[in-house]
Amino acid sequence: MEYLQILGQEIYKIIFILIPILVSVAMIVWLDRRVWGLVQKRRGPNVVGPFGLFQTLADALKYIFKEIIIPASANKVVFILAPIVTMTLALVAWAVIPMSEDLVLANINVGVLYLFAVSSLGVYGIIMGGWASNSKYPFLGAIRSAAQMVSYEVSIGIIIINVLLCVGSLNLNDIVLAQKQLWYVIPLFPMFVIFFISALAETNRPPFDLPEAEAELVAGYQTEYSGMMYAMFWLGEYANILLMCAMGSILFLGGWLPIMDIYPFNIIPAPIWMILKILFLFLLFALIKAIVPRYRYDQLMRLGWKIFLPFSLLYLVLTASFLFYFDKLPKVNF
Amino acid sequence: MNFSRLLKTIFLVEFVSGLYMAVKELFKKSKTINYPFEKGSISPRMRGEHALRRYPNGEERCIACKLCEAVCPAQAITIESSERSDGSRKTTRYDIDMLKCIYCGLCQESCPVDAIVQGPNFEFATETREELYYNKEKLLENGDRWETVLAKNIKLDKPYR
Repeated sequence: MEYLQILGQEIYKIIFILIPILVSVAMIVWLDRRVWGLVQKRRGPNVVGPFGLFQTLADALKYIFKEIIIPASANKVVFILAPIVTMTLALVAWAVIPMSEDLVLANINVGVLYLFAVSSLGVYGIIMGGWASNSKYPFLGAIRSAAQMVSYEVSIGIIIINVLLCVGSLNLNDIVLAQKQLWYVIPLFPMFVIFFISALAETNRPPFDLPEAEAELVAGYQTEYSGMMYAMFWLGEYANILLMCAMGSILFLGGWLPIMDIYPFNIIPAPIWMILKILFLFLLFALIKAIVPRYRYDQLMRLGWKIFLPFSLLYLVLTASFLFYFDKLPKVNF
Repeated sequence: MNFSRLLKTIFLVEFVSGLYMAVKELFKKSKTINYPFEKGSISPRMRGEHALRRYPNGEERCIACKLCEAVCPAQAITIESSERSDGSRKTTRYDIDMLKCIYCGLCQESCPVDAIVQGPNFEFATETREELYYNKEKLLENGDRWETVLAKNIKLDKPYR
């Protein structure tokens, strides 16, 4: 009985995290399209609701009423499972993101590892979708996407180690609190830039949107999907982008900490700071989508393996030696 | 790769300047218009939907000379004519197949009495093909509806004809 009560409380909390995320994903899709349009001197969606804010809701409604087509030669179970996996994994990761010191669903000790593991698993949804479609464009898209995400995960991993060296804890709240004096974006600025570019590759955003390069692969791994299943892929993708922005703001921009701990800033509640930082990073994502051409696949791989990986390793050694020489290594008691 | 280019690559110079450019463009006025709610300006020479005009006293301008039928490159116009009781030659049938029409404007140019004209209206999409087979009645109705604009456009374009 007690068990059920705890379960009930947890579900209550989960819904309170899930709904704001889904709503903000809808808003962020609108923001993305709007910024993209404005940079190109178009207007972007501005008809449905105030400023076109309800455009995504209208789109979602359209997708719900569309027919779901499953190709005859597709592996039906995997085909249906793929978008579910993508979306679930994108949402599950939000459990550990701290919006303030105690506004977090699961304040676990290995938050960073959990986040990293879940975002790595995200590639399965794409591979499953591409393979189960049993058609050449989705298959090629899935292969590209898998190789790309795996490559960039390596450099993201090393960048995270860089931050962890300075913090001495895997808990996301500890990482945020360690930045009280100085956000890590200042001492680890090159790492922040590489993290940001890797995050673009990790979420298949331009200029690394090769898995869904519409000129070559129709829509990549999503080609055979329609209706709500396509919408779920799409939702998962944007939830992942938001997650990467949240991760970037926690690791480098001081998470929910105010910009300075002085009067006008520290009366603004912590979640608002977090949201502002996520929005700032997302705005960069959206602007970059508007200004860059797509990479060639070999350039993408070269960038990942020959430049980012050695550079982040070098910086890791530098950080470690600096911390060791000046005796600034975090004191950890096991 | 020479040294300055290497430095440029490392510090993402071009990327950052592109980003700066994008932010600048973000706050400029957009070039597109909210189409169904606001419309762009249209030249008086616009070759849109056809119309048959009347004289101010209500008499049809068309004298059934069939020049437009002859000149039409798409053969979209069909005209039949007969003598009216007062002895003037008038059309009994004036059909334009708007699906065949290529909107070249030759009918308007060939017309000696400015009867068949192409107006500024381009929003006449229909749900069936049949609705786009225009007959004399429909064309005259168009003429009545657009007469002020049509007359003004012809007057504006007169010096260039």
